[in-house]
Amino acid sequence: MNVNAEMKRRSFLKAGAAAGGGLLISIYVPEWTTSGGSQAAAAAPATFAPNAFVRIGTDDSVTVIVNKSEMGQGVYTSLPMLLAEELEADWSKIRVESAPVDQAYAHPIFGIQITGGSTSTASEWVRFRKAGATARVMLIAAAAEMWKVPAGSLHAENGQVIDAASGRRASFGSLADAAAKLEAPKDVLLKDPKAFKLIGKPTRRLDTPSKLNGSAQFGLDVSIPGMMTAVVARAPVFGGHVSSFKADKTKAVPGVKDVVQVPSGVAVIANGFWPAKQGRDKLEISWDDGPNASLSTLAMREQFTKLAQAPGLVARKVGDAAKALAGAAKTIAAEYEVPYLAHATMEPLNCVVDLRENSCEIWTGTQLQTIDRMAAAAVAGLKPEQVQIHTTLLGGGFGRRANPASDFIVEAVHVAKAAKVPVKVVWTREDDTRGGYYRPMWYDRMVAGVDAAGNPVAWTHTIVGQSIMEGTPFAAFIKDGIDVSSVEGAADLLYGIPNLQVDLHTPKLGVPVLWWRSVGHSHNGFAVEAFFDEVAQAGGKDPYELRRTLLKDQPRMRAVLELVAEKANWGKPLPKGIGRGIATHFSFDSYVAQVAEVSVEKDGAVRVHRMVCAVDCGRVVNPDTVKAQMEGGIVFGLTAALKDEITFENGRVKQSNFHNYPMLRINESPQIEVHIVPSTENPTGVGEPGVPPVAPAVANAIFAATGKRVRKLPIRLG
Amino acid sequence: MITLKVNGKQVNADVDPLTPLLWVLRETLGLTGTKYGCGMALCGACTVHLDGEAIRSCVKRVSDAAGKEITTIEGLSTDLSHPLQKAWMEIDVPQCGYCQSGQLMSAAVLLAENSNPTDNDIDEGMSGNVCRCGTYPRIRKAIHRAAELKRTAK
Repeated sequence: MNVNAEMKRRSFLKAGAAAGGGLLISIYVPEWTTSGGSQAAAAAPATFAPNAFVRIGTDDSVTVIVNKSEMGQGVYTSLPMLLAEELEADWSKIRVESAPVDQAYAHPIFGIQITGGSTSTASEWVRFRKAGATARVMLIAAAAEMWKVPAGSLHAENGQVIDAASGRRASFGSLADAAAKLEAPKDVLLKDPKAFKLIGKPTRRLDTPSKLNGSAQFGLDVSIPGMMTAVVARAPVFGGHVSSFKADKTKAVPGVKDVVQVPSGVAVIANGFWPAKQGRDKLEISWDDGPNASLSTLAMREQFTKLAQAPGLVARKVGDAAKALAGAAKTIAAEYEVPYLAHATMEPLNCVVDLRENSCEIWTGTQLQTIDRMAAAAVAGLKPEQVQIHTTLLGGGFGRRANPASDFIVEAVHVAKAAKVPVKVVWTREDDTRGGYYRPMWYDRMVAGVDAAGNPVAWTHTIVGQSIMEGTPFAAFIKDGIDVSSVEGAADLLYGIPNLQVDLHTPKLGVPVLWWRSVGHSHNGFAVEAFFDEVAQAGGKDPYELRRTLLKDQPRMRAVLELVAEKANWGKPLPKGIGRGIATHFSFDSYVAQVAEVSVEKDGAVRVHRMVCAVDCGRVVNPDTVKAQMEGGIVFGLTAALKDEITFENGRVKQSNFHNYPMLRINESPQIEVHIVPSTENPTGVGEPGVPPVAPAVANAIFAATGKRVRKLPIRLG
Repeated sequence: MITLKVNGKQVNADVDPLTPLLWVLRETLGLTGTKYGCGMALCGACTVHLDGEAIRSCVKRVSDAAGKEITTIEGLSTDLSHPLQKAWMEIDVPQCGYCQSGQLMSAAVLLAENSNPTDNDIDEGMSGNVCRCGTYPRIRKAIHRAAELKRTAK
């Protein structure tokens, strides 16, 4: 979702309140609360904890408590950079701790603890700096009191308070005890960005060393005393359930301790993964497939195609598109489609639960702590504050670990409750691939008209696909039947086309769907930007020049487009057989443009040689992280463009593991160049915006190379 | 009881001999740096060295590893001093990091066998290791850098 843009809209603010009941756009820095503070504080000798985000030890250590989940996007480095900048900390003394679940750590817009929507930097941009500045002001006050000088004559630098007049210095650690006795200032001034020392400088990630020697702890690595491992046999059809089962052969497997039925299926409890898995393979289960037994991709596609022939609920209307089409010199129509997709995080889902009479402790990699805690409490029969979640590192998230249904957590609490032992529920790769909560399948019908000079005068876009938010606590974001995440990237088209209509059909189907890196933009980016090239061709225009012309009122996107064209040598000749394609996309408040260089082999294999990317994401905190996210987004987008689909037959998912749901590999990975447009605007998203332009840039390059239009993903030629 | 030699130490494991080596390393010996990704030798997250050869521990029976030298990510170096680890830090390769143990163990064998690999050599040697975060451009760069570090150290 495009949170920052939406946040300006009143309806969204109300929705935010409905979602979590939290304070909106709260830039206040919460102090420790009982549940949050006591737990994190117990982990290390804390002497000075002026707020929920920082703790300074007498040993000079500075512990930053990060309320965002680290799933590769670099948030365990970028948020500490914000705090350290204002604290004037010694960067080498920074440690990171994941925040416990507490309202103090709620997202300022959503009112709940969540890592998503590419909002981590934007939403914490002010709060983390204020948290650091508050601590700095108090440390300076403590030194002023000690030295009997006015605080205004002192400054902080590199982990010390300095009295420039006398040359006296005191380390933060030596002032921690005294500072802890002071009252926190009500408000603090933040630095002039010109004075930034850390923000904007390429900074090595704090979590890298632990990821190179095996010491980084992901959810799957957690082990607690007395813990058993559980593997669950789940219904082969979504919405199905167990009719009956026999577990005699399972119980005969050495190491298997118990077999229990839970709402999602049958759980085998063993003293390790292997016996649990062996035991599960020997279960004899009779399933009731339920209402989705005949689900098939073929039938869904037919349904979607039919729906797309008539307009749906109008999401955006400018001018009169029907009239303009009728009067156009030339009209073109095309239909685009993309499949269901699994997130396929490298670390399959898992969850450790220690359920006691009055408490429930959970260790897992999640992006959605507040909702998960409420869901776990409901299953455990406890109050939410009796449930604590330890957020581990995430072996990839991409949205799968931000499930409003909390599926993998709810199930694990059920297993722990039934088995009456601490358990780690482990999903196999097959379980993970077939476990649902996919990026929805989408079908888009596009019609456009150009005038006699070849300029677009009308654009209509009919979108067909399931709602992600319906039936979740985020349903408040559905306005007049329009799930904003279904039309994002289409309804907010930046091109200046005088007559525009975007409408939506939202069929209800039994496939569980969820946000998947770049959400609605992941399909709208493809449909809009690939069709744009068809419109340019119909009007006899160069795809780059036409974009540039229609972006005359969008200076930031236009600058990004011009930069990528320059860096990619747009218009210059290429070796024979290679085609160049361009695409732009605005998402998560960031502007991205990409150029792909592609060739197609005789057998139809698509080879992507080079991807050039330009991005304007406002002020950059860590440039190397922005580059890494664009690189990663491009590889993620290429996997979707070239490789994968989740399909159904007789209600069952056909794919299972990396042989039939493959990932792009290093030998298929192009040369990637990323260029950042300098900006002094507030920071915007970087985790997701790199994905949407990839597929259309590749599709447009294929057209340039072969003359064939690509309107369906994954791309299958020949 | 199976006797294994892991990272230079002799250890005993009381497990079913058919258990994949991966789960013995992770659950019996507590060496959780080696990761589970697919269980079918498709992704390389579980890569370890067996007598100096990169193997997928998710499909290797523990009984077949008995008596051989097993090296896991925890044994690549004790202090992040391996040229690959240095290069990985310099270039900040990892994102989520989950696949990186396997990437490093595959790269270590590649580098041991080829002190100056080309991009093609790297693509060939590393194509068995999947990275969903898309760190491939940095992996390529870091392997070149590690090769350079290794050469200049001599």
